[in-house]
Amino acid sequence: MGVAKWIGAWPVVRQLAGEDPRREGARSRRTEEIRPRTGEADEVVRSVCPYCAVGCGQLVYVKDGAVTQIEGDPDSPVSRGRLCPKGAASKQLVTHPGRRTEVLYRRPYGTEWERLGLDEAMDMIADRVVRTRAETWQDEDEGRKVRRTLGIASLGGATLDNEENYLMKKFYSAAGIVQVENQARI
Amino acid sequence: MTTATPATGSASRMGFFTDTSVCIGCKACEVACKEWNDVPADGLDWFGTSYDNTGELGASTWRHVAFIEQQVPSPVGPDGDGGGDGDATRWLMSSDVCKHCTHAGCLDVCPTGALFRTEFDTVVVQSDVCNGCGYCVSACPYGVIDRRADDGRAWKCTMCYDRMRGGLEPACAKACPTDSIQFGPLDELLERAGSRVTELHEAGTPEARLYGADPSDGVGGAGAFFLLLDEPETYGLPPDPVVPTRYLGASWRWAGAAAAAMLAVTAAAFTGARR
Amino acid sequence: MAECHPVAFQWVMEARRRGTKVIHVDPRFTRTSALADRHVPIRAGADIVFLGALIHHVLSGGHDFREYVVAYTNAATILREDYADTEDLDGLFSGWDPGEHGYDPKTWHYQGGPETRRHPPESGARHAEVGGAHQYGSGGPVVHHHGERDETLEHPRCVYQVLKRHFARYTPELVEEVCGVPLEAFAEVADAVVANSRRDRTTAWVYSVGWTQHTVGVQYIRTASILQLLLGNMGRPGGGILALRGHASIQGSTDIPTLFDLLPGYLPMPNAYDHGDIGSYLADAAGTTGFWGNKRSYLVSLLKAWWGEAAREDNEFCFEYLPRLTGDHGSYATVMGQIDGTVKGYFVVGENPAVGSSGGKAQRLGLAALDWLVVRDMTLVETATFWKDGPELETGELATESIGTEVFFLPAASHVEKAGSFTNTQRLLQWRHKALDPPGDCRSDLWFFHRLGLLVRDRLRGSTLQRDRPLLDLTWDYPSEDGEEPSPEAVLKEINGTGPDGKALSAYTELQPDGSTSAGCWIYTGCYAGDSNRTARREPWRDPVVRDGEPAAMVAPDWGWAWPANRRILYNRASADPEGRPWSERKRLIWWDAASGTWSGGDVPDFERRKPPDYTPAEGATAQDALSGVDPFIMQTDGKGWLFAPTGLVDGPLPAHYEPAESPYPNPLYGQRANPARQRFERPENPANPPETPVYPYVLTTYRLTEHHTAGGMSRPLSYLSELQPEPFAEISPELAAEAGVRNGEWVTVLTSRTAVEARALVTRRLRPLRVMGRVVHQVGMPYHWGWGGDGLVTGDAANDLLPIVLDPNVHIQESKAVTCALFPGRRPRGAELLDLVERHRRAAAPAPIGDPPVWKEERT
Repeated sequence: MGVAKWIGAWPVVRQLAGEDPRREGARSRRTEEIRPRTGEADEVVRSVCPYCAVGCGQLVYVKDGAVTQIEGDPDSPVSRGRLCPKGAASKQLVTHPGRRTEVLYRRPYGTEWERLGLDEAMDMIADRVVRTRAETWQDEDEGRKVRRTLGIASLGGATLDNEENYLMKKFYSAAGIVQVENQARI
Repeated sequence: MTTATPATGSASRMGFFTDTSVCIGCKACEVACKEWNDVPADGLDWFGTSYDNTGELGASTWRHVAFIEQQVPSPVGPDGDGGGDGDATRWLMSSDVCKHCTHAGCLDVCPTGALFRTEFDTVVVQSDVCNGCGYCVSACPYGVIDRRADDGRAWKCTMCYDRMRGGLEPACAKACPTDSIQFGPLDELLERAGSRVTELHEAGTPEARLYGADPSDGVGGAGAFFLLLDEPETYGLPPDPVVPTRYLGASWRWAGAAAAAMLAVTAAAFTGARR
Repeated sequence: MAECHPVAFQWVMEARRRGTKVIHVDPRFTRTSALADRHVPIRAGADIVFLGALIHHVLSGGHDFREYVVAYTNAATILREDYADTEDLDGLFSGWDPGEHGYDPKTWHYQGGPETRRHPPESGARHAEVGGAHQYGSGGPVVHHHGERDETLEHPRCVYQVLKRHFARYTPELVEEVCGVPLEAFAEVADAVVANSRRDRTTAWVYSVGWTQHTVGVQYIRTASILQLLLGNMGRPGGGILALRGHASIQGSTDIPTLFDLLPGYLPMPNAYDHGDIGSYLADAAGTTGFWGNKRSYLVSLLKAWWGEAAREDNEFCFEYLPRLTGDHGSYATVMGQIDGTVKGYFVVGENPAVGSSGGKAQRLGLAALDWLVVRDMTLVETATFWKDGPELETGELATESIGTEVFFLPAASHVEKAGSFTNTQRLLQWRHKALDPPGDCRSDLWFFHRLGLLVRDRLRGSTLQRDRPLLDLTWDYPSEDGEEPSPEAVLKEINGTGPDGKALSAYTELQPDGSTSAGCWIYTGCYAGDSNRTARREPWRDPVVRDGEPAAMVAPDWGWAWPANRRILYNRASADPEGRPWSERKRLIWWDAASGTWSGGDVPDFERRKPPDYTPAEGATAQDALSGVDPFIMQTDGKGWLFAPTGLVDGPLPAHYEPAESPYPNPLYGQRANPARQRFERPENPANPPETPVYPYVLTTYRLTEHHTAGGMSRPLSYLSELQPEPFAEISPELAAEAGVRNGEWVTVLTSRTAVEARALVTRRLRPLRVMGRVVHQVGMPYHWGWGGDGLVTGDAANDLLPIVLDPNVHIQESKAVTCALFPGRRPRGAELLDLVERHRRAAAPAPIGDPPVWKEERT
């Protein structure tokens, strides 16, 4: 931008030039260019609010691999585009700086968290499932066949997807883990 | 849902009609506003004033839901005597916002041109122009516009100017679960609001009234007006707001800022500001 | 509803705008009350009296919808002579076994029903524990299909007359005495309910955990069911009893249950006593009539989905691979198992029990006793950090260096970083598309559990142990787009089920008992019909449209997919009269179209499409063929709505008012004070407030706020939500504030025999003292969202720490809506002084303590 053009774009200069100083004459270049950021999204993805069970429709706007906005889906017959404060905070839920993105490990009797690689953590957890299951396996209980372990339990599921709950129940049942519970019990 | 007229061509005046008789106090408007406009959180203080921990409009609060707990006569007495002299609870909730006045004091006193009137007849601060002088703060009869401590610049509701330019309704109005916040051409909203008042009067709510809908009031009528169920003071709104620059010639604008500050103090007393 | 489901509340507002009267019954005046026509304050824990009095009002005034009641409910069915009611036995039903601490339900059967249950353990507490009522799911335990009936409803032992006698003392005067609701307020509700029911109108009841979280929670819902059936409000548009559930897929995680007592689709988890083989499993706990008569098809298809080729006719389709229950393996029993050392490893996935469950201290002592703990969440919730910052460290009950629990925290993908379906509170499955990859180490739970399964199978490969066969034979190969995460659509297709050709099935009626079909959750069959993901359908719907001169869908049928069979209103056969005509033009939904010989209308009929209203089953017919054309409740063995539950419940065939386990009052109706069958954990770490003690004189009720979510894991780390409700508070009336010497905004300490917590006093007229049984009772309201730390931006004492662990015996849900407490001005003491304070009150209240005060010093080194 040339200096003259740059100066000419100053609101005060434009006002002196006769534009309405409180209307168009006041507009900065940034103001002239202002548009909703949702218009620049690479993708708009249809989703559902993750909080309560009403199931409000959400539109997720993504730009350069980042979520730039989450708002109500006006087409939803459930919610008609509206959201409550929690649903309206969904972007913050997925983008806030306090979100954890690293595996953490606390060794027995340890006083601090330690970093752990994801693969290593998975191996360690699988080892513990196999070991605990073997150590606590019951073929029978008071003479009745039970084929299970009471050594391992699981809690949670109501915030997850159906497909996830399905794999959980399937895996746990095959492993003989019966103490499988979620928020429906509270 | 109403969409804004795009920036091209002659846009009609757009506004908010906040029908507090259907507000459920959920604060979706507060959050949706902050999410869209990247307004920072402004304090984790508990106020002990019903469910209001926001307090008032400010540089980082562009929507504020007021909660007013009242005792009103009830049709059934507490002992079941049907006497009607028992006390029932009424819980008023109302989402306040910048009024986008017809005669906007903030706009009148702004020396930099940061504040301007948009093609939608809304009043917007341009953060890239604002130099933080703060004249506007004292010129607002509602105590709406304010400066942020960190950058010193003045901030307030833009009625989601960027969204409107893209044909979208403001974030608060879109989120509002019960349509308490309605957005659209101001004349249409005024008409709808008038019918709503009539409807409420007929349904036995004689206290329903509009606030900010009168073009002859002290700000020339507001671009964001309200249906209230009690006196404006109850909600922390000035009963008779007057734009401090109303009777001042243009040449008096800057000199008038001091006087405006006095008026603003008076207005703040009405709002019961706690911060 | 406005508080916790604000967006759904728009429809209540919409209805109100069109003239619907909205009544809100709640101990507190909430944001819902503010928009209701009438708020009725009630003493927490007294709802069965309130609802029972409505039933009494309907029956004594002859207001029931007689044609509906006679045709569609079991009102006419005659009960056995030896059935005895709570009216006869001072608060017990016949069959109570004090030794077993439970009921033998045989006398509750219909006349001519089975004389004894086939499997002896199915009674008493053990029956309750292995699943009890819940194992029957939506379906029916066995009853004799065609019991003796008297359609004049005059037989003294017909259900209608039994009901009349049972509720005879549930009068408006009793409501006033027990609930604290004035006569006139009750009359207004009763009149409104009657005026808005029957042929031309309907009334809906909406509830949430305010009804379920009681030691009589299931019976609360039963009372509402009886009322709604009597008024003809079930299976009709604008009617029903609507549960507003609190997590995005809590309905889905019940349908595809991460619950101990169920298999997918409400099939019971087998127990060790009755279910030695597939034959005994199928013979038990499901009738041969009604749609549960096809249970073999549902079960075999599930086993095929799980074990594929390994599941064959000659090995009972691997039925023996399923582990067996021997008691209550629910979440509270699990915690006791942790404390006792039987539970060594614990997965916690998107839940925060250290803050969110009753008896927080017991939860944390359980966590501290584990060998290993895996927490998957988006932030560090208190369940992951208890060893570092839990309240027991401050009191000295635990010390970080002596807690041996190994903790793995794995960050989770958010809802936009994975694709999958949620099932909402109205049984609607809605697909979420994936917007972007999760950051860093964050992964979906689909990824995690699939990967865990692969790693565990790797470690067992080559094993010859029988116990490892179920894992090694498991179908666990899913296609993947990125080679890492299984395709969620492939999983959904497995849930939907496939036929011999590998193509997706379109309806559960296609499922076969011979192993030729597979389906991971039979009630979801059809969600992937035509190999197309119907949960992802997003066809908008506006107000009703007329199509071909007929009203088209009234229910947005092309948005997502609702189980079963995309029906939006269950049992909607009842929206038409016995002849198949709409009860009224105003309330029409589906009807019999004689010309085409089908049921048609504005929803998918919840009835066999071609079964005419005059269909009469042949002698010996089974499954759905055994139900007539006027049996709308097709999952019940007799096709009728149950005013009286002859079987399936462990605490009585009818609801009776019992005081909460902790109550300041006696039971004015019966000598039996509280639910005799309630599930107790009498252990030192779970002390109880004795009833009627002045030490804990107030009623405490807990709840959620709009601005937060459950135990705060998804709201306290967010500044935009935290700033709206930054601190715990206790809502109290001005009268209680005066009595306690507290002013608004000051600190108060709320105390029970479990612990004491501090909060700010929010003094408000929205809570008001009620006059109950001749004296005033104060209620204290506390939201429970806060915890001591984790990654929360705001902190505070956890209200759930105050609560006891005492459960509804049918479904093992805790009583968190009505307990007793004390309240003092000021903050609670710190450290050991807190324990002293609690202990002093406990001793003052309990002349005979249930055990030594707990000493929780970790002894492992």
